[in-house]
Amino acid sequence: MLEKTVTDNVLTLIYLFAAVLFIFGLKMMSKVPTAARGNRVSAVGMLIATAATFFALTGGAAISLIWVVIAMAIGGFIGLRMATKVEMTAMPQMVALLNGFGGIASLLVACADYARKATAERFVSDVLEVLGTPAPAEDFVGLTGTSLFATGLATLIGGVTFTGSLIAYGKLQGTKWVPDQPVQFFGQKPIIATLLIVSVLLCVVMAGTPGSGVNGLWLFLIVLMALALGVLLVIGIGGADMPVVIALLNSYSGLAAAMAGFVLNNYALIITGSLVGASGLILTSIMCKAMNRSLMNVLFGGMGSTSGGGGSQVTGEAHESSPEDAAIVLEAAEQVVIVPGYGMAVAQAQHAVKELAGELEKRGKRVYYAIHPVAGRMPGHMNVLLAEAGVEYDVLLDLEPSNAQLPQSDVALVIGANDVTNPDARTNEQSPLFGMPILDVDRARTVFVIKRSLNPGFAGIQNPLYFLDNTRMVFGDAKKVVTELANELEGI
Amino acid sequence: MDPFITALVVFVLAVFIGFEVITKVPSTLHTPLMSGSNAISGITLVGALLCSFADSFFYVGVILGFLAIVAATINVVGGYVVTDRMLKMFLKDKK
Repeated sequence: MLEKTVTDNVLTLIYLFAAVLFIFGLKMMSKVPTAARGNRVSAVGMLIATAATFFALTGGAAISLIWVVIAMAIGGFIGLRMATKVEMTAMPQMVALLNGFGGIASLLVACADYARKATAERFVSDVLEVLGTPAPAEDFVGLTGTSLFATGLATLIGGVTFTGSLIAYGKLQGTKWVPDQPVQFFGQKPIIATLLIVSVLLCVVMAGTPGSGVNGLWLFLIVLMALALGVLLVIGIGGADMPVVIALLNSYSGLAAAMAGFVLNNYALIITGSLVGASGLILTSIMCKAMNRSLMNVLFGGMGSTSGGGGSQVTGEAHESSPEDAAIVLEAAEQVVIVPGYGMAVAQAQHAVKELAGELEKRGKRVYYAIHPVAGRMPGHMNVLLAEAGVEYDVLLDLEPSNAQLPQSDVALVIGANDVTNPDARTNEQSPLFGMPILDVDRARTVFVIKRSLNPGFAGIQNPLYFLDNTRMVFGDAKKVVTELANELEGI
Repeated sequence: MDPFITALVVFVLAVFIGFEVITKVPSTLHTPLMSGSNAISGITLVGALLCSFADSFFYVGVILGFLAIVAATINVVGGYVVTDRMLKMFLKDKK
């Protein structure tokens, strides 16, 4: 017994050390030069925590040891393969999937812990009681009210994270069975609310009756409801709102881990899970602010399910231009600001963009990239793609510095961005985008917009930018047009 | 004191530390921060290990524990490796 206490104390101290490494690692990840090292510091923390747990426990059952090693080998192999094979353009899906695995792991831990504590016989008696044969009411070993409440919450949050992430993955991957458009149906919100309330109530019920044999059934119901909730919550959200969803699911995956920590009374999980929960929440709020929408509006607003609602009625004609003409204007420019959006990611045009920027820089022009916080499908999406193409991070400008540069720029080159450049957000109170901070590309001397067609963007909102006098539309695939532009420029 | 209360104290304080540490992250690093912190949330692996080494052998618990270890290891390994890949891209020009 004494020996076990010593082991527990040493383990907890090691977890504390790992938590300190995580905090340092995260801190280092907030600056580009130290970020890679920060990630490794945190990985060392994880290695220490895992290895310590492993060796502290190997004294136990030898049979389970083999299974543990096999499970880790399988997980490690899959994780490594996914991480090394994934294309940078598929990063949003990858992050969504990883969130999902975190969520399901916490759900499984909570349920495994319950199954472990409620012993085999007890589990049978659960079933008997449900069937109307009450089992003798004895206290379950280790199953207290608070730990059962945490078990319920870990299961709930973990389950929502899992299926929510899978749906987000489907939307981002563009699979046929999950539409990119928000799916909303009559009664969706009441169903979501009911599921949420009932599952939280079940957590309370479990906590109130720690000795009850029916808890196993309640837990099973919570699992089912959580999985359904995740699907219902995310299916109603459109592709363009995915940055918020992914950041939120990231936060959930942390919270689920923290709840699993309450179940096991393990500080490593509690500290680490809450760190991640907090960081995900910060990102979520940054994304919401960048769209001038509340979290509730993003989750339940169903932006994009209605077509053209409230957009300004644009009259007049868009001016069409060709890559040749655009190249001539670019040749005459001194400062060019490139505004990338999801269209650049879809066309995989980041390398072509970098080449074009190289041509411009060769001619002594200043080139910046103006990046809106919600451009693309996840926080920082554009930055990752441009970094892959070899663009240095110090020419990637945030919203405010971009808007400081745009009025002094000769050309703003919009590549596959739409809603984040819509001037209606500044001026038209009727527009659904009104109040959203945008990139003021219309203040540049000339705006070139590379776009497939004049069709309104994802949200179905018409963009008056395309009809301004200083805007020229170049229609076509982003990669193709940008490559042509670079070739034309080279020819001048 | 109920261990739950101690745990709650730790939880609340850790949330505040999280807010303090993460604010002011430049948007360039938002994606790596997300995947990196996601890898950290794979700490559930420790919980999964603790569950799987249980003395009593009951199939449901063992199977769930096994699956938990697989999922958490994917989370940890995948998260750290992919984050490292991304962050190396950010630095490659400086070398």
